[in-house]
Amino acid sequence: MKTVKSPFQFPGGVHPRYNKDLTEEKPIVDLPLPTTLAISMGQHLGAPAKCLVKPGDHVGLGQLIGEKSGFISANVHASASGTVKAVEKRPGPTGNLADAVILETDQDQTDTSAFMPPLDWEKASREELLARVEAAGICGMGGAGFPTSVKLNPPPDKHCEYLILNGAECEPYLTADCRMMMEHADRIRRGVETMRRILGGPAVRIAIENNKPAAIAAMEKAFADASGDVEIVVLPTLYPQGSEKHQIYATVGRVVPDGALPIAVGCVVENVGTAAAIADAVDSGMPLVRRVTTVSGDGIVEPKNVRAPVGTSYADLAAFCGGERGNVRKVISGGPMMGFTVPSLAIATTKTTSGLLFLTDASVFQYSSNPCIGCGRCLRACPMGLDPSAISCAVEAGDVADAEARGVMNCIECGACSFGCPAYRSITHFCRRAKISIRARLAAEKAKAAKKG
Amino acid sequence: MNAILIATLVIAAVGAAAALALAIADKYLSVKEDPRIGLVTAALPGANCGGCGFAGCDGYARALVAGNAANGACAPGGPAVAAEIAKILGVEATATERRVALVKCCGTRSEALRVGDYNGICDCASAAATAGGDKGCRYGCLGYGACANVCPKHAIRVEDGLAIVDKRLCIGCGKCVSACPRRLIELVPASATIHVLCANPLKGPEVTKVCGVGCIGCHLCEKNSGGKEANHFTFDGFLAKVNYSNPPEDVTVVAKCPRKCIREDAHFETGA
Amino acid sequence: MLDVLIALMPAACCAVYFFGLKAVWLMATCVGATVATEAVCRLLMRREMSILDFSAALTGLLLAFNLPPDIPLWMAATGAVFAITVAKQVFGGLGYNPFNPALAGRAFMLISFTGPMTTWTKSTWIGYFDPEGVQAVTTATPLGLIKQGAFADWNVFGFVRDLFVGNVNGCLGEVSALALLVGAAYLLWRKVITWHIPVSFIATVAIYAAFKGCGAPPLVHVLSGGVVLGAFFMATDYVTSPITPLGKLIFGAGCGVFTMLIRTADPANGGYPEGVSFSILVMNAFTPLINRWTRPRPFAKLQAKS
Repeated sequence: MKTVKSPFQFPGGVHPRYNKDLTEEKPIVDLPLPTTLAISMGQHLGAPAKCLVKPGDHVGLGQLIGEKSGFISANVHASASGTVKAVEKRPGPTGNLADAVILETDQDQTDTSAFMPPLDWEKASREELLARVEAAGICGMGGAGFPTSVKLNPPPDKHCEYLILNGAECEPYLTADCRMMMEHADRIRRGVETMRRILGGPAVRIAIENNKPAAIAAMEKAFADASGDVEIVVLPTLYPQGSEKHQIYATVGRVVPDGALPIAVGCVVENVGTAAAIADAVDSGMPLVRRVTTVSGDGIVEPKNVRAPVGTSYADLAAFCGGERGNVRKVISGGPMMGFTVPSLAIATTKTTSGLLFLTDASVFQYSSNPCIGCGRCLRACPMGLDPSAISCAVEAGDVADAEARGVMNCIECGACSFGCPAYRSITHFCRRAKISIRARLAAEKAKAAKKG
Repeated sequence: MNAILIATLVIAAVGAAAALALAIADKYLSVKEDPRIGLVTAALPGANCGGCGFAGCDGYARALVAGNAANGACAPGGPAVAAEIAKILGVEATATERRVALVKCCGTRSEALRVGDYNGICDCASAAATAGGDKGCRYGCLGYGACANVCPKHAIRVEDGLAIVDKRLCIGCGKCVSACPRRLIELVPASATIHVLCANPLKGPEVTKVCGVGCIGCHLCEKNSGGKEANHFTFDGFLAKVNYSNPPEDVTVVAKCPRKCIREDAHFETGA
Repeated sequence: MLDVLIALMPAACCAVYFFGLKAVWLMATCVGATVATEAVCRLLMRREMSILDFSAALTGLLLAFNLPPDIPLWMAATGAVFAITVAKQVFGGLGYNPFNPALAGRAFMLISFTGPMTTWTKSTWIGYFDPEGVQAVTTATPLGLIKQGAFADWNVFGFVRDLFVGNVNGCLGEVSALALLVGAAYLLWRKVITWHIPVSFIATVAIYAAFKGCGAPPLVHVLSGGVVLGAFFMATDYVTSPITPLGKLIFGAGCGVFTMLIRTADPANGGYPEGVSFSILVMNAFTPLINRWTRPRPFAKLQAKS
């Protein structure tokens, strides 16, 4: 096992102020059990899970309450034992409604009979381990929520050569992954070893940004005696270093083609939190029912890294961190670059809620957009090599076809373009608008073709 | 003097030669076209609004003459133009009624709850894509003017965060209908004068939480217009809808609505 | 915009130092006229007021820098009105203009008021404090002298030093390369401009002069006329120059080529002593095409490494 510096650098990227000092020294603390949880059936990428419970049912901690429906889907489990009060539509952070199980929690949470039996990661077969990952409802905890069992089971013609562990955490304010690496490096290692067995023994590259020296040291210690081709790759601190395609390029120099998945170049990227969750699922049979969320910003009294059950309301998290302070103008679910502004604290955490930020008017401001002056900052910042200024001007003028020709479907919506714009143009928003239009048009064309054929 | 004369004559000669060339080209090189296309194009209103589904009036005229389109698709032209086209093409005229667009919401910024300050692209679809929009009611008008921007007749204005269609200017082309991300706009017969301006089908308490003028489904409008048998209103969940094949004519339903979400035509001119 | 105004302060101070109080009046007139014109235009166009983005003020200052110090103020004001109205607001305001407004204004004035635009007073070291005042004398600028071929046996070092510091004739802002370079360094440090256009512009001028021996050593060509002013402050205007780095290099090189072509051409065939303004305007016209040719490289086209 050796530590190396990242050999390659993707073009573009920006350097926002990170503000990680608010929480990077704070160890993870557990949230006292909330009285109510709202567990969403649609918290992963793909088809929502099918709800298996109805009001009045009593569920145990870790019990399966939502069954995966379809190839790209994931199971959902009860994050606490309790009684189902209702099953109703609740908005997520993007405003989309999804069915949620409203759970009134019990006082006593010690009953773990709903857990699956522990597995020995060295002795269990590859299929058993993969089935365990699927049964535990594990999905990408870095934010995308892609069902992990699907990612770890590539089609027969694709072979995984590199397993890349994403410990970059390039978003400002967020330190959940950093603390996970510092405090639970051994569980992350167990998760990596499990994934390695499932994938057939690929080389392992652990990518960590160089602004987390303590995390790098902890991971070095945990992986010191790891066998095989394992490297810790120290990446320069640059946003969006944590983006899948760019991390693959920075660690192993491979370029994922447009519209393709990383497995097309023989790589699988997983978040450190996901690895730890896999370790839990294998060692103690606990499904994915809790995660660490960084509650930070200048609008919260005590910024913390909170481990909370999935389905905790933002209001409970805020209360645990001392409540709001000052004139909070913006509440963001996720990071400030790619997260979602939420209009209320009645929204619940999901398996992918990495951060909850409270920002006052010292940190945010209302802006009015001006025409593009062609300064080129967005172009220099774009990690996907697009021309954001031309795309935003095209979409503004209603010419979505031109935006499509300029490759807007490859936009990863990282926000680096809007970040530096001196005219305060909502460039990422324009790209998102164009993508929505194009997707709607493609869906309509597909439906028409299906009807004809 | 001589120079000027020569220059004038030369330019005149060049002009005459060009004119002759153009005349010859027009006679011998022109593309033979069905003369009916020109007649139909002249009959059509010339708004080039695209409401018929073709690229401008000329496109529709060509499709009609070629037999690729049905007569009567021109909403701005209405029945008068349809009749004239029918005469030109030698077919039967079908009767159509003038339709106008209606924004089924009356929740202005003063009446309807806004859950935050939206800062982004000033466009309804963009706002709807951001946390579901900044309006408390998920069904109501966001008021950023996507409909107003596409209207070829500038018949839609946004007042106090609410889009209002001016019936007198609307040609019924339907562009606003597809522009609205909440599918809030409906094309209704121009002769109807009483409308329910709400699209929120949720229960009363859910509606009153987010809007002061949303329909709560109390059925009073039905009761005050002759009851269920009169069939002037239908109900979708807790939302009343005017039955436009049999619209109410008694304006007392407007005053009797406890939520003030039933309005009559004056609304579209004055916003009242 | 504010950064560019700050960067132009050293050159403005030099202008006052070398040309006296009239430099102040000229700059004030131009800036005042551009800002007022933009305000009036925005009111008439019923658009939001945009003078607070300082782009109008900058256009005014750059226009003033491109004028001879003795130009009648009413002519300067006319040029300023033209620059803002015809070359900027008519297209929709900031961000929509295809040509650099200050240079468009200068070109308009050069053609409308050719005489006053080509008459320069001789500046003096202590012009500001000179009790006799400055005499209006039509003396040649360095470029004028180069055109006449009077450069054969001048004291080159002394002349270059004079050119660099500013003890020569010329338009208000183009005389002191030193002051301009100080401002340019500030802009580069603040990342307001990138190195691509200035370097390719100046390098092309120098290389062209070196290889074609255009009547003077390359350094003289680089330091005279508006090359330093044009390369760092006018050609780098965001709106009218290409957006990609390669595009900027092409743009700068094109400007250099056109500058030297115009400078070395026979006056009877359209040559002027000064070519920077026209060359930048011509290249502005090519900017959309250059942007089309030099689209950025998408991530997917990166070379895979091992």
